[in-house]
Formats: sequence, C-alpha cells, structure tokens
Amino acid sequence: MELVCPAGSLPALKVAVDKGADAVYLGFKDSTNARQFAGLNFNDKRAAEGIEYAHKKGARVFCAINTYPQPDGWNAWKSAVDRAAALGVDAIILADMGLLEYAASKYPQVNRHLSVQGSATSYEALNFYKDNFDIRRAVLPRVLSIDQVRGVAKHSPVELEVFAFGSLCIMAEGRCYLSSYLTDESPNTRGACSPAKAVRWQETPHGLESRLNDVLIDRYGKGESAGYPTLCKGRFEVEGSVYHAIEEPVSLNTLDLLPELKELGISAVKIEGRQRSPAYIADVAHTWRQALDRLDANSSDFRVEPVWNSTLAGLSEGGLTTIGAYHRKWK
Amino acid sequence: MMKLSLGPILWFWSKQTVFDFYAKAAEWPVDTVYLGETVCSRRRELKLADWLEIAGVLKDAGKQVVLSTQTLIESEADLRLLRRICSQQEYLIEANDQSALQLATQNNLPFVTGPSMNIYNSATLKLLAKQGLKGWSLPVELGRETLRQLIDELEAEGLDLPAEVFAWGFLPLAWSSRCFTARHYNLPKDNCEFRCLQHPDGLELRSRESRELFRLNGTSTLSGARYDLMRQMPDMAQMGVATVRLSPEHKGMDEVVRRFDQTRRGEAPEVNPLQLVEAPPCDGYWYGRPGMDRVQV
Repeated sequence: MELVCPAGSLPALKVAVDKGADAVYLGFKDSTNARQFAGLNFNDKRAAEGIEYAHKKGARVFCAINTYPQPDGWNAWKSAVDRAAALGVDAIILADMGLLEYAASKYPQVNRHLSVQGSATSYEALNFYKDNFDIRRAVLPRVLSIDQVRGVAKHSPVELEVFAFGSLCIMAEGRCYLSSYLTDESPNTRGACSPAKAVRWQETPHGLESRLNDVLIDRYGKGESAGYPTLCKGRFEVEGSVYHAIEEPVSLNTLDLLPELKELGISAVKIEGRQRSPAYIADVAHTWRQALDRLDANSSDFRVEPVWNSTLAGLSEGGLTTIGAYHRKWK
Repeated sequence: MMKLSLGPILWFWSKQTVFDFYAKAAEWPVDTVYLGETVCSRRRELKLADWLEIAGVLKDAGKQVVLSTQTLIESEADLRLLRRICSQQEYLIEANDQSALQLATQNNLPFVTGPSMNIYNSATLKLLAKQGLKGWSLPVELGRETLRQLIDELEAEGLDLPAEVFAWGFLPLAWSSRCFTARHYNLPKDNCEFRCLQHPDGLELRSRESRELFRLNGTSTLSGARYDLMRQMPDMAQMGVATVRLSPEHKGMDEVVRRFDQTRRGEAPEVNPLQLVEAPPCDGYWYGRPGMDRVQV
C-alpha cells in the first residue's frame, strides 16, 4: 500500500517525501481545493519546485482541484486543471462532474482520481465515475465500516485510497452544507469548513468561548483544553442535555486496521492535514512509513508498536484517536 | 405557472401516518410528489410495494409521481433496493447519489436529480442531460445569482432542463453513517429502537445560548430554521424556475401548500398565523449569505 501525505507548503512537501511518502498531494492558492487556508498551498512556481523535488526522489505528486465551481468560477477552475496538467502532476484529484469531464476530454493522459468530495460510497457510484470519466483511483468517504469497504473493494472498477489518519469528517464528504449554513463558506463552494475568518475566541465569566459567525460552538471550563471550533465538534444542547451531540474532537487512526486494508486490496492510505506544520507531517509520515514497511515485510505477523500510537495520539485532536466508522459500533 | 412539488418525507413517520398524509396530499394543489425513504435504510415502515401503492393513488389523482432514492448508499442491501427502484419503468426516479445515476442510465430510465446531487455548473448539467436527465434541483447551499447564471447558460445551449428550488421547510444539510438520534439516546445504531418515530420533526439541537441551530433526524442533519422562499416566487417565476419544492411536515402542511398555491397564482396569501412546528424562518442561502440568515422573511 502506498503512503499518500498532505503538503500544504513546499517545506511540508519536502519533509513528507524525505520521511517516506510514496505520493504527496497539494493544492493551489485559491478556492479550487478543499483546504483553502490563508498562507497555505502553492503558486505555480512553488508547485513546480515541489514536483521536481518529489520526482527526483521517486515520489509522485497529486493536485487536488476538488471543490465545486459555480458559473462565475468555471474559468478559474478550468484553468487550475490546465495549470496542473502543464506542471506535470501525476494525478489530478477531482470531485465535480463537469470538471472531471473537462479533464478527461482535454487531458486523457493525466490520471484522474476521484476526490473524497465526490461522495462515492458504493461500487455502482464508482462504476459511474469510471464509465464517464475513466478515473484511475477513488478516495472513499470516511463513513463506511470495514465490512462495507470490503464490499466496495470486491467489486470496485478502480484503485481505492482510504483515509488512515487525521481529522475526522463524520458526514459524507461532498454533501455537507453545515458550514455554509452558519457561515458563507463550505467545503464544496470555497474549500473551507468552519472558516477561520468567522472564528472568534472570547474569555468570559463562564469560561473561554469559541464562536463561529457569532454562534456559540463551545465553552471551556478551567483546565479543559480548547480545540478549533469545527462546528460539528462543538457542545450543544439537545432536550436539556449538553454534550458533543454530533462528534467529539478526536482524530482518525487506522494503524490497527492495516493488515485488513491490505488484504482487501486497498491501494493507498491517505493522511489528512494540508493545514498542518512540516514538523507534524514529519512525525506522521515517519510513523506511517515504519508501519507500512513492517506490513510489507510480514503482514501476517503485523504488530503496532506502542510508540507509533503514542506519537500519533500526541498529534491528535484532544489527544484522542478512533477508528471511526470503520468500526460499526462507532455509528 | 410554476409547479409545486412535495419533496420526499425526510422524517420517520409510522406507516399509517404516511398513508394518511398522502391521502390528503392527493387533494392538494401540488403537481409533483416525491415518494420514498431518502435518509436511513433502517426505516422500513413502508416497503417498496407500499410506496408503489401510494404512487398509484397519487397518479390517479393526477399527480406526477417521482420515486426518490436513498442519499447515502452504504451496503449491498441499499444497492438491491436501488436496483429494484431503477428496474421499474412506470415512474421517473429522483437520483440522490451517483449510484442511482449509474443504475438509471444502465436501465435507460429517465431521471431527475435531488438537492443532494452536486450540480454547481452547466457543464455538469450538459453531461447529465446526455444520460437522461429530465430536470434538476438546485443544491440547497446555492442561491439566486448562481441559479440565474445556470438558467441563462442552459438557455444559451438550447437545453431544456426544468429547475426546481427547495423553497420551504427544514433544509437537509448533511448525511452520515452515524445516527445522531441513537447517539442522543445512548443506543447503538443497529439497535436504535427506531427512536426517530418519536420525533416526527426531528430533535432540536441548540447552542448553549438557546439558539436553534440544527435538527437531528437520524443519520441526517437539517437546518434549525425553516427555509421560506414564498416571497421570492414571483422573482423565481420570472427567472424561469419550473418548480418550487415544499418539504413535508406533519403539522399544517395543507395550509402551507394553499399559501404557495395562492402566491403562484398572484393572489395574496391569507394572513392568519400557520399552525406549524415552531421554528424561526431563514432565507440566507438564496441571497448568497449564511443559510441561517434572514434577509426578507
């Protein structure tokens, strides 16, 4: 299985490659990708440098153009596809059907990967994307249990990539409009969820409060560690109880599932987090490289080193990890 | 004149409640009715045969019936049901996922798309038109300006693809494999005791300052405020919107339909208050603002 790592900047790209990523994925400095953060991502010059660096060291580069262009953005998104093709990326990660069609007809020789934002959770959906746009690979949404992944993998017409580590979206990706309901930006429209521009922190007599476009997302008592106010990870009130009504702030960690994922024929595991620092990427990539190397050496006797899990937990939201939907009981 | 449609019931209601609801709907001035379970595969109060029975009654009453498909397809069982829906030839289907697109096109079955199908540009519409698309719904997070451009682009291409706008009700905003209703009751999803039946309009989720944010509805999350575009109907008619969609609620739906019908006919709707599930209104998405905002309502 390949290790696919996030690259939000050139230093992050280099460190990911150095620490053993088989491929890295990046995006341009605009809304055409699902990690539109200030100060993050690549202009063409930086991207070219990154691609040269990765290729020299035998790693591949994928370019995410995985938001949904509206009419007034169509030309900008189309031009992002043109730029990615001209830069010589190894694959373009796409979600929008119109853009997939454009890429497939104009650049048939450039691999197309279906983004997780394309919401394909069944092999029939994968057949649709394969038949229409000849995608080579698809990234599965983080909503399927391991048995459901098995079902998809058994009949999949394309390579599959699954999320292995990082922030956990618990809604089917590509079909979550919660962020644009509270703010004016969503992953689909602007490549942003719970955008930083709408976040406000405030010390109050009740505790530290986090707000998103003025909506109270969480309030922290003394000694509680505060996390970024991703709206689905706040504490809310339902019928008089206040709790994490949608999801706790935890991260996905699937180290324990590696032998099973390999046996299912999964082609690649993906690390979330283009918004993370190069230091974070270094630790995560290094840990997963060791795990995958051990898996390759002997998958029947695969054992997770405690230090891998403790390293990853230390890098996780709230210090907690879960295998999420892969485990049916989580649902 | 613009058409009125009744969207699929997004909540979990008992079989009898559903049959009673559609018996009344047969008499309402709606043109199109979407039928079927779009949220959760565990909701099996009605079997496909039951839905087809209701479809027959509505068709006899002169309604156009569309069979809606599940939004999040997760299992082989989900696909089996989808195949059965896509192998009938009598009714149009509403594809809410690419799995349905694939099966419909394989069977040469004409289809429309629901608001959860990501149609953000006319290139996507052109592509789907070649596959048998007969009409489409604007994704709920998109607004007037985008819709106007899309309609203009379709016209320039000479494509006749009627547009539908979700215009009244709690907005379906997200789908998950996790069940938030079961989670509220500390029950595993596989043994949820069908608690959604106790919440025919969902569970209110509020901020700790008592602001209505969302409605938890099993595996789906809806807006806490009710989207209401009744006042925008004349504008929509002028833009060339074909249909406005009203999303079923268990209280006061007949009155809601009546008001939208009066409005589309250019008559002033009655001003007496509606007996509805209490919720604030919103219309932000239509104006390109946060969905929860109120601009005109």
